Amino acid sequence: MSETMKKTALFALVAGLIVFTGLFQSWNTALLILNMGLISAIMSLGVNLQWGFAGLFNVGVMGFVALGGLATVLVAMPPVGEAWAAGGARVLAGLATGAALLVAVVLLRRAMRPGRARALVTLVVLVGGFFVYRAVFDPGVEAVEAVNPAGTGYLGGLGLPVLLAWPVGGLLAAGAAWIIGKAALGLRSDYLAIATLGIAEIILAVLKNEDWLSRGVKNVNGLPRPLPYEIDLQNDPGFVETVQGFGLDPVTSSSLAVKLGYAGLFSVVLLVILLAAQLALNSPWGRMMRAIRDNETAAEAMGKDVTRRHLQVFILGSAVCGIAGAMMTTLDGQLVPTSYQPLRFTFLIWVMVIVGGSGNNFGAVLGGFLIWFLWVQVEPMGYWLMQMITAPLAEDSALKAHLLGSAAHMRLFTMGLLLLLVLRFSPRGLIPER
Amino acid sequence: MDALNAIVALANFVLVPAIAYGSQLALGALGVTLIYGILRFSNFAHGDTMAFGTMVTVLATWGLQAMGVSLGPLPTALLALPVGILGCMALVLVTDRAVYRFYRAQKAKPVILVIVSIGVMFIMNGLVRFIIGPGDQRFADGERFIVSARTFKDMTGLEEGLAIKTTQGITVITAVIVVALLFWFLNRTRSGKSMRAYSDNEDLALLSGINPDRVVMITWLIVAALATVAGVLYGLDKSFKPFTYFQLLLPIFASAIVGGLGNPIGAIAGGFVIAFSEVTITYAWKKVLGYALPESLEPEGLVQLLSTDYKFAVSFVILLIVLLFRPTGLFRGKAV
Amino acid sequence: MAEAFLIGENMTGGYGKSGPDILHDCTVAVEPGEIAVIVGPNGAGKSTAMKAVFGMLSLRRGAVRLDGEDITALSPQERVRKGMGFVPQNQNIFASMSVEENLEMGAFIREDDIGETMEQVYDLFPILRDKRRQAAGELSGGQRQQVAVGRALMTKPKVLMLDEPTAGVSPIVMDELFDRIIEIARTGLPVLMVEQNARQALAIADKGYVLVQGANAHTGTGKELLADPDVRRSFLGG
Repeated sequence: MSETMKKTALFALVAGLIVFTGLFQSWNTALLILNMGLISAIMSLGVNLQWGFAGLFNVGVMGFVALGGLATVLVAMPPVGEAWAAGGARVLAGLATGAALLVAVVLLRRAMRPGRARALVTLVVLVGGFFVYRAVFDPGVEAVEAVNPAGTGYLGGLGLPVLLAWPVGGLLAAGAAWIIGKAALGLRSDYLAIATLGIAEIILAVLKNEDWLSRGVKNVNGLPRPLPYEIDLQNDPGFVETVQGFGLDPVTSSSLAVKLGYAGLFSVVLLVILLAAQLALNSPWGRMMRAIRDNETAAEAMGKDVTRRHLQVFILGSAVCGIAGAMMTTLDGQLVPTSYQPLRFTFLIWVMVIVGGSGNNFGAVLGGFLIWFLWVQVEPMGYWLMQMITAPLAEDSALKAHLLGSAAHMRLFTMGLLLLLVLRFSPRGLIPER
Repeated sequence: MDALNAIVALANFVLVPAIAYGSQLALGALGVTLIYGILRFSNFAHGDTMAFGTMVTVLATWGLQAMGVSLGPLPTALLALPVGILGCMALVLVTDRAVYRFYRAQKAKPVILVIVSIGVMFIMNGLVRFIIGPGDQRFADGERFIVSARTFKDMTGLEEGLAIKTTQGITVITAVIVVALLFWFLNRTRSGKSMRAYSDNEDLALLSGINPDRVVMITWLIVAALATVAGVLYGLDKSFKPFTYFQLLLPIFASAIVGGLGNPIGAIAGGFVIAFSEVTITYAWKKVLGYALPESLEPEGLVQLLSTDYKFAVSFVILLIVLLFRPTGLFRGKAV
Repeated sequence: MAEAFLIGENMTGGYGKSGPDILHDCTVAVEPGEIAVIVGPNGAGKSTAMKAVFGMLSLRRGAVRLDGEDITALSPQERVRKGMGFVPQNQNIFASMSVEENLEMGAFIREDDIGETMEQVYDLFPILRDKRRQAAGELSGGQRQQVAVGRALMTKPKVLMLDEPTAGVSPIVMDELFDRIIEIARTGLPVLMVEQNARQALAIADKGYVLVQGANAHTGTGKELLADPDVRRSFLGG
């Protein structure tokens, strides 16, 4: 079977699975899977940029996705004027103090000679500066969070169109990636892994605790949408007339129409990123990236600035994850910091890349769709399987109840098994790198 | 100013919890560091290995409790611990046979083994949640305190109380015993020395006739025991929840790396460095400073450097500082 | 002449299954009580010849026999059990372990009491006795080589093979090491050695092999080779 044939067949298979879901479960579920599949495919492309192109082991995907989510809030939510008046200036001043402190430390370290004196001065400035920063910052935060805590209690956003949040999410993630990359790239691969794992947890901790910024665990609900609400469609006589012309129920079709709209938007983004990634892969830049991945020492000896290239690709990949994160939060219509789990948002993306085929953009996209489909569908399948297994047991058996209740956890097990099987028997993935 | 009360408050809120937590981290980090030294990869499934061993122990504890067996003032879980260790040993040996051995034979790159361990992590995580569920499980019983705050106050007449939980006492004593046993094994027995030799110079160890399969097997057995003990102690002290164990991965790795990956002494030191930093930086110092400083200087705020939710940030920052300034860790680990 | 105690005969082969041949019909042998030295220009396949004798590369033709027994098919580990002691050129000690533990690990395959052998090693290298508790990695270059040789002696081998034992040590240390190696050979233990410092090595050799491009170019006693104008001109530099 030729390469293209195999690719087409695999993509047709995934499309078939989604259509099958539509026919036999519901089109609503099918479109939900499609939309999250599109987003997963983009995240998977981002990780593939880092791992497949450059061999960078980033397990902080969750953090960048969450930053994208934060971007949605910061861009699209209306500003809370009262909160700004109460403490906005002070919060900004606090942040500026913090930034100035860091700059001062860097300048000091540059001006002084290495040695005990420099270490001592750094420490004193950092600790002293920290208290100054907190003294400026804390009252501002308190004032902001005191403003109608049940409704707002945060500064809000800029009130701009939500679609703008997608590139901004990418920028935010890119900024974070730049800082992390400066510090942690150049470390050995498993150190980088631990470092990124840590960064992701810290970003999450910020989202959960800095109420003035993201309302923390109180969540931000009612994010503006790029598409009309279902209820508006149902009240739109033109829409109702059109769908009834097709013999469809307006309530169902309004929901389908909105989902289709998202699918269209997401597809455009995916296609653009896929195209860019494909061009990058085949450009001199991409070739150099792979050369560095395959033999870092040789590439360095040939005068390639390995750290700089790594930083570039790390930022790009993280930015892609940030964009996907913003898209996902837009789709959800709310930011729920507690919903970010590393297994789901970091390691599952890794399963997508490895299963799909690291180093191949189409593989990553396929992996995104396929694994997301399985992630959603393994749960009902597991439940069904458990029902079959437990059928002989008595209706009131405790074991039966436990097994049925635990069926949901089979998805983690399945994902792990799938990852191990692919690694063992087809280590280069379903669509291997050429 | 009241030095005595300041010291007691410090001990109660900082020293005792940090020592207990540090012991738990140290045991966890020892497992990570042994795997790294012998099998040469960072095992992302370690948190879930801990969770599995603890789960078996919890189930055995419930079984014992149902049979009416108890250790009096001590938690029943101590009786169930051997069962948990055996269960965990069986799990890791099966995993090694089914998964890791293949990649060892291939001489796969460490990063591939790390990815493989992520797959194992998923499976173990799913297994634990499948069997015991994702919720919080308490399994500590027996006497709650060795010294309760009230008893301490009555005894000393001080304003501040010092409470030492039974689980904290057990944690420290068990950790000391386990570490002593481990070091005796590594430094005094032939098998232990062969493990160190294998970790130090694999080719020369093979030339000397050391059997790699045996070394790997012993390593897994020790790691399973360490992981289970660490997990059970943590679970007794706090509570058992699969997700928390997964999250322990970060401070545990930080401990192992800060101490120097592959170096057992480093793992212990790293565990305490991380634990003390976490506790001191996220503790509200108002009370201690209130006693320690003259009245005029008494702080108004909580004097808490960071909120407790940022404890991961503490591990992380220390990790980063050590990696940037001393990449092989405090106790010179291996840099493969 | 009866067959040599250890002989690698007509060895032809290279690294890996498909790698190019490095050795071409190469023969090296050593007798009890003798020091045999393999010398030759850079890239002549000296170390490769020794590794072939030790089983670290697959031979396409030829055989290795120890005490009359054909061991061509055995792995290096099995050859150690048959009585071959090998000191690799690099990373030949357990750096993080004490000197004494290094020796213990050397004797890992032995089930009997190793105390006596350890005493013999300490008698041979007295400095090691003083530093027995010290980590081997903290010793000087020459002392580390002593640890490496001592480790190989702990199995009570029937033959000792050294891959460039004097690489990277000072001339004084080199002389001292050679003295020790002569001492070892005097006890009746055959010593097969690869050396970069050809002139000094041939001076102590009972038998010398000059390899060129993986094949035997000259063979003779150390003295003969040192006197051979051909060898002097082409390889010892006049």
